[in-house]
Amino acid sequence: MAGATVKPTPLLKDELDIVIPTIRNLDFLEMWRPFFEPYHLIIVQDGDPSKIIEVPEGFDYELYNRNDINRILGPKASCISFKDSACRCFGYMVSKKKYIYTIDDDCFVAKDPSGKDINALEQHIKNLLCPSTPHFFNTLYDPYREGADFVRGYPFSLREGVPTAVSHGLWLNIPDYDAPTQLVKPRERNTRYVDAVLTIPKGTIFPMCGMNLAFDRDLIGPAMYFGLMGDGQPIGRYDDMWAGWCTKVICDHLGLGVKTGLPYIWHSKASNPFVNLKKEYKGIFWQEEIIPFFQSVNLSKECTTVQHCYIELAKQVKDKLSQVDPYFTKLADAMVTWIEAWDELNPSGDDSAKPVNGTAK
Amino acid sequence: MSQISINHDEVDIVIGALQLDLKSFMEEWRPVFSQFHLIIVKDPDLKGELEIPAGFNFNLYTKSDIDGVVGSSSNAISFSGYSCRYFGYLMSRKKYIICIDDDCIPARDSAGNFVDAVAQHITNLSTPATPFFFNTLYDPFCKGADFVRGYPFSLRSGVDCGLSCGLWLNLADLDAPTQALKPELRNTRYVDAVLTVPARTMMPVSGINIGFNRELVGPALLPAFRLAKEGNLRWETVEDIWTGMCVKVVCDQLRLGVKSGLPYVWRKERGDAIESLKKEWEGVKLMEDVVPFFQSLRLSTSAATAEDCLSEIAAGVKEQLAPTNPVFARAAETMVEWVKLWKRVQTQ
Repeated sequence: MAGATVKPTPLLKDELDIVIPTIRNLDFLEMWRPFFEPYHLIIVQDGDPSKIIEVPEGFDYELYNRNDINRILGPKASCISFKDSACRCFGYMVSKKKYIYTIDDDCFVAKDPSGKDINALEQHIKNLLCPSTPHFFNTLYDPYREGADFVRGYPFSLREGVPTAVSHGLWLNIPDYDAPTQLVKPRERNTRYVDAVLTIPKGTIFPMCGMNLAFDRDLIGPAMYFGLMGDGQPIGRYDDMWAGWCTKVICDHLGLGVKTGLPYIWHSKASNPFVNLKKEYKGIFWQEEIIPFFQSVNLSKECTTVQHCYIELAKQVKDKLSQVDPYFTKLADAMVTWIEAWDELNPSGDDSAKPVNGTAK
Repeated sequence: MSQISINHDEVDIVIGALQLDLKSFMEEWRPVFSQFHLIIVKDPDLKGELEIPAGFNFNLYTKSDIDGVVGSSSNAISFSGYSCRYFGYLMSRKKYIICIDDDCIPARDSAGNFVDAVAQHITNLSTPATPFFFNTLYDPFCKGADFVRGYPFSLRSGVDCGLSCGLWLNLADLDAPTQALKPELRNTRYVDAVLTVPARTMMPVSGINIGFNRELVGPALLPAFRLAKEGNLRWETVEDIWTGMCVKVVCDQLRLGVKSGLPYVWRKERGDAIESLKKEWEGVKLMEDVVPFFQSLRLSTSAATAEDCLSEIAAGVKEQLAPTNPVFARAAETMVEWVKLWKRVQTQ
């Protein structure tokens, strides 16, 4: 049950990296300074590596451009997208921290209904540090939040919850719509502040947006591969979606939780819907096959680590989705390459031997 | 929030009267209730005359009406206490039924506006539900919202909504141990969302503030799960939790949706959690068996109506749960009797 007193949220400044993909300067960080300055940043520079990215003074960061990615991964660099923000997952791979927060460079600090600035990172940390409840839906949303609890009828044996692997935040102002919806509703803005965090139930997949996302790298990191997008690929704007579907299926298998809801950030820039349509177009058809695939995925009991689950998933992607398009054969191979690269950069002893969640039930 | 124009002829509001004095309850709800037809059912164990204020269009049912209709099944089905409302559902011929406990009054939203809970339930019930894929912006049919990127287009028309589960400000629907441990805890958080509870996900449905589509799921709202020492406080019952799981299983089978969230009602303080706790832990203990049973229940593909589903659920209860506790055996019997009763009464 939730504690009666409100304890301050730990900063975790030595345990969390902020990963930001970018092709331009990072002025947006000025607005985030009060909340981000204590943390180490990993900047993944997409596009032209000769361009200099301006980072505001006072931030502690490491920056990787395409040359760095090629140098560090060698031939395995083929799994990291080019000319797409999907390249951000390289940042997850090189991080040595337990937690990752990733944010887009057109996302700013939002205000809550009382007018106060929202510390999105603090809320994500709260979400990750307290359990999830995927096995039974709590109608009062997150039972561990101050002022809430489990409702009548919620079995006591399920009230310990499971560890939280992912915290998926939302966006005020420009909503994360696909191109067709953007074209039909160019003026729609998300003005509704929904004061809830909730666990996405086991067996349910969801569209994970990478704009405002945090996760426990130790628990689920290898599943956060953002796929093959952008230059030379037939599809874009499905990177985070793909990572989200893989991640959720693996979380369900390993008994980990995924939360969605607070915190909100302010999404300032609407990308060009015609450009988006060209990128997403194939995805709109393909997702009709992809979703049923993920909804019926079965991972064998022998898969007890994220990497094992992911490799098994890659096999099934190759077996079942290649008939949709040869792209999926390439993607399945890239998924395997990703795991190989991950394990090389993160040698066993820390990540690879995570046992199946043993939280008491 | 309501954009739907409501056909009042399609709605019955059912009130289960567990106390004689309904005046303050109905006065608080007058702006809303006065527009609709009401079915008031008096708890058959309650002695005395109900006090109902003037200016409402209602039908009243009491013990003698219940006995008259239910006849020989009255041995199996008890309509005492909170279960009196189910008689109201049985008598209704409307498409939508809304039911709110008689210790709840209208809430106010974060801007201080009066919340028309009935209108919100009807909006929930008459707009599609989306149980097959989760929308991170919650109800996509709400004004100002939509389906997010990555939501399959083939699933965007949604399905009919069978059940709408509302929430409670002030005294939330917590169980007795929880409330006893945190006697000061009050729900002050107004969460401005309605969401569809995903298919195959089970949940505890509270009977305090609900609406449902009687034509689609009517018989699934049934009085079956009666604790040995059931009382007249929600802390002393779990009958609605059982019923809610039956409804969810039925909705999942028939590809209907269940929504949760708005509307809120304001639930007044009543009773003493510690006193309720002293009486009995039975309901809390039984949930440990009830929940896994419903989570693993699989109905046959031929179960195509709510009645078919309920018969299969009852058979499952009899086979798997009844051997562990007589309350389950009684529940299974009552469910079978109820389906018979429903069919008989509804075809008259």
